Amino acid sequence: MRPFAYERPASAEEALDLGTAGSDVAYLAGGTNLVDLMRLGVARPRLLVDVTGLLPRSIDETPTGGLLVGAGVLNSDLAADPRVRRDYPVLSQALLAGASGQLRNMATVGGNLLQRTRCLYFQDATKPCNKRVPGSGCPARTGIHRDLAILGVSEHCIASHPSDMAVGLAALDALVHVRGASGTRMLRLDDFYRLPGEDPARDTTLDPGDLVTAVELPVPSALTRTSGYRKARDRASYAFAVGAVAAALDIEGGVVSDVRIALGAVAPRPWRARLAEEALRGQPLTDEAVVAAVGLEMAGAEPLPDNAFKAELSARITSAVLRQLGGAQTEELP
Amino acid sequence: MTSTIDRAVGARSLARVEGVDKVTGRARYAYEYDADGAAYAWPVQATIAKGSVTGVDVDSVLGRDGVIGVLWHGNAPRLRDTGDPVVAVLQKPDVAYRGQVVGLVVALTSEAAREAAQQLPVHYATTDHDSVLRADHPSLYEPDRVNPDSDTDSVIGDADKAFGESAVRVDVTYRTPAEHNNPMEPHATTATWEGNSLTVQDSNQGGQVVRDTLAKAFAIEPGDVRVINAHVGGGFGSKGTPRPNVVLTAMAARVVGRPVKLALTRQQQFSMVGYRTPTIQRMRLGADADGALNSLSHDVIEQTGTTKEFAEQSAIISRVMYAAPNRRTAHALVTLDVPVPSWMRAPGECPGSFALESAMDELAVAAGVDPVELRIRNEPAVDPEEGTPFSSRHLVECLREGAERFGWVGRDPRPGRQRIGRWLVGSGVASSTYPVNIVPATARVAVDGEGRYTVSINATDIGTGARTALLQIGAEALGVGTDRVTILIGDTRLPRAGLAGGSMGTNSWGWAVHKAATKLADQLAAMSGAVGPEGLEVTEGTAADVKAMESFSRHAFGAQFVEVRVNVDSGEIRVPRMVGVFAAGRIVNARTARSQLIGGMTMGLSMALHEEGLMDAQFGDYANHDLATYHIASNADIGDIDVSWLEEDDPHLGGTATKGIGEIGIVGTAAAIANAVYHATGVRLRSLPLHLEDLLAAPNMR
Repeated sequence: MRPFAYERPASAEEALDLGTAGSDVAYLAGGTNLVDLMRLGVARPRLLVDVTGLLPRSIDETPTGGLLVGAGVLNSDLAADPRVRRDYPVLSQALLAGASGQLRNMATVGGNLLQRTRCLYFQDATKPCNKRVPGSGCPARTGIHRDLAILGVSEHCIASHPSDMAVGLAALDALVHVRGASGTRMLRLDDFYRLPGEDPARDTTLDPGDLVTAVELPVPSALTRTSGYRKARDRASYAFAVGAVAAALDIEGGVVSDVRIALGAVAPRPWRARLAEEALRGQPLTDEAVVAAVGLEMAGAEPLPDNAFKAELSARITSAVLRQLGGAQTEELP
Repeated sequence: MTSTIDRAVGARSLARVEGVDKVTGRARYAYEYDADGAAYAWPVQATIAKGSVTGVDVDSVLGRDGVIGVLWHGNAPRLRDTGDPVVAVLQKPDVAYRGQVVGLVVALTSEAAREAAQQLPVHYATTDHDSVLRADHPSLYEPDRVNPDSDTDSVIGDADKAFGESAVRVDVTYRTPAEHNNPMEPHATTATWEGNSLTVQDSNQGGQVVRDTLAKAFAIEPGDVRVINAHVGGGFGSKGTPRPNVVLTAMAARVVGRPVKLALTRQQQFSMVGYRTPTIQRMRLGADADGALNSLSHDVIEQTGTTKEFAEQSAIISRVMYAAPNRRTAHALVTLDVPVPSWMRAPGECPGSFALESAMDELAVAAGVDPVELRIRNEPAVDPEEGTPFSSRHLVECLREGAERFGWVGRDPRPGRQRIGRWLVGSGVASSTYPVNIVPATARVAVDGEGRYTVSINATDIGTGARTALLQIGAEALGVGTDRVTILIGDTRLPRAGLAGGSMGTNSWGWAVHKAATKLADQLAAMSGAVGPEGLEVTEGTAADVKAMESFSRHAFGAQFVEVRVNVDSGEIRVPRMVGVFAAGRIVNARTARSQLIGGMTMGLSMALHEEGLMDAQFGDYANHDLATYHIASNADIGDIDVSWLEEDDPHLGGTATKGIGEIGIVGTAAAIANAVYHATGVRLRSLPLHLEDLLAAPNMR
């Protein structure tokens, strides 16, 4: 890796000053992805701004009753938080399904959101990749793509987003708090992540130097409490998802009154399956209905030979998790 | 959780003698030796799959940021021919595969060397490459011999005719992917020259061949090369022959005039240290209505590289395992623009067993015979191709014992019948075998005036427990406690011995140790008084003993049983338990033996479910070259592994009465798992690894 400078600013203001000073500045939190990318020559920052000391590391209740999770909170701490486990089980489960115990002990909430795709071509600096070197080409379509996206792709990029946590957050309608040169703002995950389109180099709508400071979870409800995460993976642990679904369900008398479905491993960002949600609202919860609803979502898929199975896999595991959630809630009724 | 029952009479469980050194960091590995003023080397790898290097902009990095040397074929010292083109590094402009070493940067820090290596401009002339193995490749050819030195083909009777006349027939093709050895410790070297003498601390499976190779390459006397490999963090075959790292490091140290260190990265391991060839294997089994084999054919297609020929012996397992009056085995190769495949745990038997033992399961289904019983019915009385008697063979006993331990009796053979919640449950079986290899070795055993003994032999412990086993063998022959014996291994200044490979270490080294220790004990017994302060020592070799061994077919055998669960929603495959029963001669150390067998079965599970080098035809490389994307089993993949062995008292082995246990554990595991997946789902997967998406279409996956 090339020599780089390292700063440990005392305040967010100072961090922003450093972070907005140039395009080859990177914020360092847990470093579980960034340091790998630096070793590989994929990330080549001139300056690393270590923000671990200044990002909030607490999980606080908001005035309305939601939770504000500091961007510096460790993945393992968030997963273990009793309020999260009780009111947002999908998030705790998603976190625990990700990475390994060692990585979760290092990785932060902010860093997890901002990790890069594990596409083999993005991670190999000797090969073309439009995300890494704009305009160089995308060999994945005609190469190794089993793990890559089928939804939201463009001809320039089919990278998939690797995070489990973010899929859980998407199902919860979480908000990302961002602090930048022009002040602070809140973004829905769909507005935080962007699709590759003509410019796959940018994963998010963040401007250079923007700092993710927190993630806000909504007021807990029957919906958020009846939520769960299902991850299908080749290896029993320590593997990215082949397919994943985060779901939250509100069901009355066997009929879906509300539902949230976010799919992982199928798109460049956590994929909120809004078409599927809409199709299921007011319908009896059956496997057939769920499979048909996810099928609507997949109508826009652009599968390739080795990842076409993800459409069916997504439908199957969505059925599985909703079946479980539906059953669990029914059992809890008097 | 794992468990074992040690049934071997006399086997002891001495803990590894170097265990404390290893867990406290005192044990030094190749890269960790002190070397005054050492510089660091970093390989530059080709980014084209075929062509030639036309130039390297040495001056763009040399002299900057502590870079003190940049080597490429245009300026590298000429090496003498060692007979192994794989280590003829930086000698020619030709690029034979993507990832080949085309340059070497030497700098004062490893970070500076790495950065300069990444930035070094290398210019190429590129030609079209061909890196994908396929069964209809126009340049398929038959090699003269297959590894290690076996006939390419074997023919007995008329297998085709007999197949056509058989009541029950199986004619299927299996595929295994490229698999990459990934020892915990990467290939690493520290090299120091003093005048014309070279010392290397190198991570390898045998220092002797490294010493001889370096002496040839640098045109110096073998006696002027010292190779130290006191501790080696695994090899799995990838360190069985010298790899480019050791020659590069020695070359760099000579050029820059100071010691040099080099450790490969995990990514570099995938193209620089060999791998298991992908295979395409057609099996044709013909049997009578009761499942007795009448015809057995095993035709293998594999790849090699242009640098040299490597002919994996994947079909030879079918020459030993079962009786059949008509039989044929054959190997064919395609030469591709890829790194040369090399040794990986149980070369030949491991990939071959996936085809043979899967096909036997298919035959059992087709004939309506229990898979355990089918194997027992096809047990040969003598070696089915050589006609020689087996020195000992207890496959049937292993199958019966394993069936008992597993709870096989009463198994419903119909697939897809057992279900627990959202999981389908199945069970599968496979046989295991591995040949007994023994090569000559020399050992020295000495006693000092205080009655302390020292056993010296240039053996190599790659983490197996060989050092401890040899200590036990020596102490036993001397008739003294292990606490009175010191063992020295891993240094070419010690008496000459072969490598840690082919499951032959304990057989070969142990025989020499046993012989020397026995002779010293005899001499001591014949002495009237005590040993004087000058001590006494005996050196013995086994070359004549090995040569004089009688003609027997010598193989270890085993049986593996597994239970799998397949999730009906996702197709995910999990293996909650495995049972392995082996018959491998005498077991010297129950603790380390158990570890070897568990390790082999774990690696077999890894092969079944995970390991797959993904060839990218566009670039001609294995695209998933790290352990995040090339999966090996994690702890969570491993359920209960029940390992045991049957005692064998085989008088026709070497002096240790052992057969070797380093490799047999991986043989058959993948087939047992695939067979169990069939039993669970009714889906026969003939290509490894087993992918969840290939199970989703099964009718009972709901």
